[in-house]
Amino acid sequence: MAEAAIEHDAVHGLPGSSHGTAGEFEAPFFGAYSKKVGMWLFLASDSLTFGALLFAFSYNRIYTNPWPTPFHAQSIANATIMTACLLSSSLTMVLGVFASQRGDRAWTRNWLLATMAFGTAFIVLHGMEWSKLIGEGLTLPGFPRPAGAASGELADVSKAVPQFAATFFGLTAMHMLHVTIGVIYLGVVALRKLFLPILGALWLAGFLLIPSDNVFHYGIHALLIGLILAAIILFLKPKDYDAHDVEVSGLYWHFVDLVWMFIFPLVYLMSTRIS
Amino acid sequence: MHDVAKHDDSKGQYFWVWGALLVLTGIEVWLGYNQVFSDPRRMLEVLMILSIIKSALIIGYFMHLKFEKAIMRWMLVISVVACFIIMYFFFFPDAGRIIRLGV
Repeated sequence: MAEAAIEHDAVHGLPGSSHGTAGEFEAPFFGAYSKKVGMWLFLASDSLTFGALLFAFSYNRIYTNPWPTPFHAQSIANATIMTACLLSSSLTMVLGVFASQRGDRAWTRNWLLATMAFGTAFIVLHGMEWSKLIGEGLTLPGFPRPAGAASGELADVSKAVPQFAATFFGLTAMHMLHVTIGVIYLGVVALRKLFLPILGALWLAGFLLIPSDNVFHYGIHALLIGLILAAIILFLKPKDYDAHDVEVSGLYWHFVDLVWMFIFPLVYLMSTRIS
Repeated sequence: MHDVAKHDDSKGQYFWVWGALLVLTGIEVWLGYNQVFSDPRRMLEVLMILSIIKSALIIGYFMHLKFEKAIMRWMLVISVVACFIIMYFFFFPDAGRIIRLGV
């Protein structure tokens, strides 16, 4: 009650308010702190980026007849598990935000790590899906060609309908990149500098273990770029991430989940090949 | 943290929302896997309606927009939806025209 009275006095310039601290209690226009408003504005712009990619996919799908339907039951099952992973990660993220708001650092970290685990599972499953499709012949110029891809089931699709591979890989690559950035973001918030050697080890392991005829042998360098940027941020601006930071990172994570809610039915469920 | 979004709700409702999202996903998969609607346009309409319901649950509950101030809620939603409507009217009539022209 006393705090509310002080806030009221400061806003309205009444006796008891302090000229030097009036701005501190000024009610923001959106009723939220600036970090949150900034993240919402970023997400609004990013939604238009994904909107453009989804429209490009839909546009090509409408005017191309017949549109390839390469997703067998196994692909649909894989994509369904990926969807469940992302939805579960959103739940653990919410629980992490709750923990941060009650000041429980240990459980904030635990729930963020659980969110990262689900996100990593999504990326690994998505990478396996990509590798399977590329192995069957669905490819883009510049992709490494695994053995047997030229005679694969989808080799004709790449030649006859090149826009399918272009829009599919473009859209899902953009989303996978966002999920990867999200995992790195959560790792920085949860573990701070302790996350840097972990990320470095993951990059090195991926680069050494993934064969060179797999596109992710080169794509794993996204982790190296993330590592460099995270190191710059953590060393140049070290801080203790608070409940605001956890909440804002949660907004980004839920957005990534939200985009997948549109990609999954539009790309996968509309192109099923169930015999 | 007086300005962290306050919600007097319990954690339980978030589990319900998660459950609802999984059920809606299951319905979408069942529709797509069994190819319930032979007409692709009808299938797309139904899947997009389900996706919009799922996204509303995520935005409202998980992203807490339901608990934010009304001005913020409406400015974000109206601006993004308006952009998508404009994109729709710019792109989709053109996509259909290519098929009708026989190009």
